Amino acid sequence: MSNEGYSASFINRQSFIELDARERAKALFDAGTSRELLGPFDRMESPWLAMQGVTPQEDDGCVVMKGKIAGQAAVIVALEGAFQGGSMGEVSGEKMTATLDLAAADNEKGIRTNAVILLETGGVRLQEANLGLAAIAELMASILALRKHAPVICLTAGTVGCFGGMSLAAGLASYIVMTREARLGMNGPEVIEQENGVEEFDSSDRALIWAIHGGEQRYATGLADALVDDDTPQVADTIRSFVSKGVPLLHRSSQVALYRTRIAKVDTSRQWDPKEFRALWTTNGSNKEKR
Amino acid sequence: MEQIEFNYPAKRRIRKRAHVGVVGSGDLEVLLEPTEGQVARVFIRTSVDGFRDTWKAVLDRFFTKYDGTVRIEINDAGATPGNVQLRLEQAVEVSER
Amino acid sequence: MSEYTGVRGTVWFRAFTGQASPMDGDPKSVLTGDAPLGNEHARFLCVVPDLHGRFPCARHGEVGLEEAFTLATRVREVIEQDKNTIKRPIVAIVDVKSQAYGRREETAAIFLAAASAADAYGSARLAGHPVITLVVGHALSGAFLTHGYQANRILAFDDDGVMIHAMHKEAAARVTRRSVDELEKFAKEIAPMSYDIRDYAKLGLLYKLLHVENPEKPSPHEIRSVQAELVGAIADARRSPVHLRNRLESEGAREMRKASILVRTKLEAQWLGK
Repeated sequence: MSNEGYSASFINRQSFIELDARERAKALFDAGTSRELLGPFDRMESPWLAMQGVTPQEDDGCVVMKGKIAGQAAVIVALEGAFQGGSMGEVSGEKMTATLDLAAADNEKGIRTNAVILLETGGVRLQEANLGLAAIAELMASILALRKHAPVICLTAGTVGCFGGMSLAAGLASYIVMTREARLGMNGPEVIEQENGVEEFDSSDRALIWAIHGGEQRYATGLADALVDDDTPQVADTIRSFVSKGVPLLHRSSQVALYRTRIAKVDTSRQWDPKEFRALWTTNGSNKEKR
Repeated sequence: MEQIEFNYPAKRRIRKRAHVGVVGSGDLEVLLEPTEGQVARVFIRTSVDGFRDTWKAVLDRFFTKYDGTVRIEINDAGATPGNVQLRLEQAVEVSER
Repeated sequence: MSEYTGVRGTVWFRAFTGQASPMDGDPKSVLTGDAPLGNEHARFLCVVPDLHGRFPCARHGEVGLEEAFTLATRVREVIEQDKNTIKRPIVAIVDVKSQAYGRREETAAIFLAAASAADAYGSARLAGHPVITLVVGHALSGAFLTHGYQANRILAFDDDGVMIHAMHKEAAARVTRRSVDELEKFAKEIAPMSYDIRDYAKLGLLYKLLHVENPEKPSPHEIRSVQAELVGAIADARRSPVHLRNRLESEGAREMRKASILVRTKLEAQWLGK
């Protein structure tokens, strides 16, 4: 069998996307420094799923780990996209929020503690509706409080992507890291098609989906800070570099005047080719890192 | 939702607990823990009703080769017998590393 | 009766401020006004329909790009103006249909616009401004995360036209393969899924449920009464910490969010290691 046409780096690639949430989180820590908190054997499952005929998962689809990244204390909270689409429920939401709050408390004690959130999620878990939504609001509040002290790094690698209310959590992050496969947006294509018709968004048009929500587009329009290959060492390296970088001077979600002006200038009389935006919206909203 | 329980005679003490799998569509999670007594207990929670016999067949077969005194918890969302077998074997492998 | 009508926001904004217009340069879909409340001045903000708005998917009471960035701007203005003085209360009057569902919105990163508004409200709260939300109608999903959910205190009317939820009924019915009636009945049995505001109140997230005969036509007496409740909420907020952890300390939380409280307790216990 010939390997002609395939580079060594492609052959030797270690897929990050193929890892589950637990494996992804572990892979980003300095070797041997991580331990899991509230793991499956603590049996903190959702109190709402079994009664609705849905099998719960013992970690409620949220993995919490504590350890070191680039030699600094760090927490990683990873949503498991394969469980209920990574959706936010009461327990998974509180695991995320309480972890960030504990990290913030450590920062206040002088222990610099960074946070990485791995978001493969469609947003609120419908079976827990208002508790899921409230959990997202509380998570957002905790991100705002923590990011004054230490960077909150959002990583979305796919295949689920980051949608719904959790896209606002990504929007508050200090840095957003994406693969090409990943997607980030408030409303997915199916939802838009349901609400406003196939003319507004043809959810079967895969090219359109990635042209609008995909990692490459987000990076090219300054809405993500790094675009990484689906390669675990590269992802880990990128996370390390943002930890080392520290809190950005100005968070993207605080750059209101810049974005408000951009929105005021767009021609709303027609739909746009997403590529137009790349020319209009380069840099200055991001802390770009090229790979 | 169905809850199914099986017990099997066992005699070998296990040192380490293990967790494998995800409760994804067509998948399951397995929690395996050492326990006291000469018995292995299996607790299954599944969102697909009516397959007790299939579960029994898979587990009967599994316990012909496994004699650990364990508590096994399974959260299932419609896995095939092949997948169940796979996850059980993975759990054993992790617990014996 | 429980349908979104888009009139309540304007009604209550006018009731509190005597105005019903946007600030100079703002889109007609965001009303911002400074008015007396108790013995101080508060900034009131409200998102309303604008049938001639620039964005076709945000004309009927949806929170879209312009709405989110305008809210962010007007809230940040208050933070800046009050930097070295008393922190004015900020009151979000909420009756929003949903977030805007559009291709333009997704391309132009509505996720960031929404985050920016939430950032502004949350930052105001962290800076010491009492941020109070009054839900007078609908508060759905991404729209509520953007405008209202970062508040110190949330109040709502106990009325059939008031609804706080993650997904509107038609969409939820479709997703769960039920009729809307079946969905409502099913949801009523599971507290966090219920569409009834009285059930939402049991979750412990609301500061108060208020009664007004007809939220679309309040009497002068009712308006004064609601204002007094807002003043009470402001005082309560000023007496408390600025973070949202107090939402877990309510009576409702102790009853309905036991798992959340347990998660927090266990995490704290495991934090320092074996």
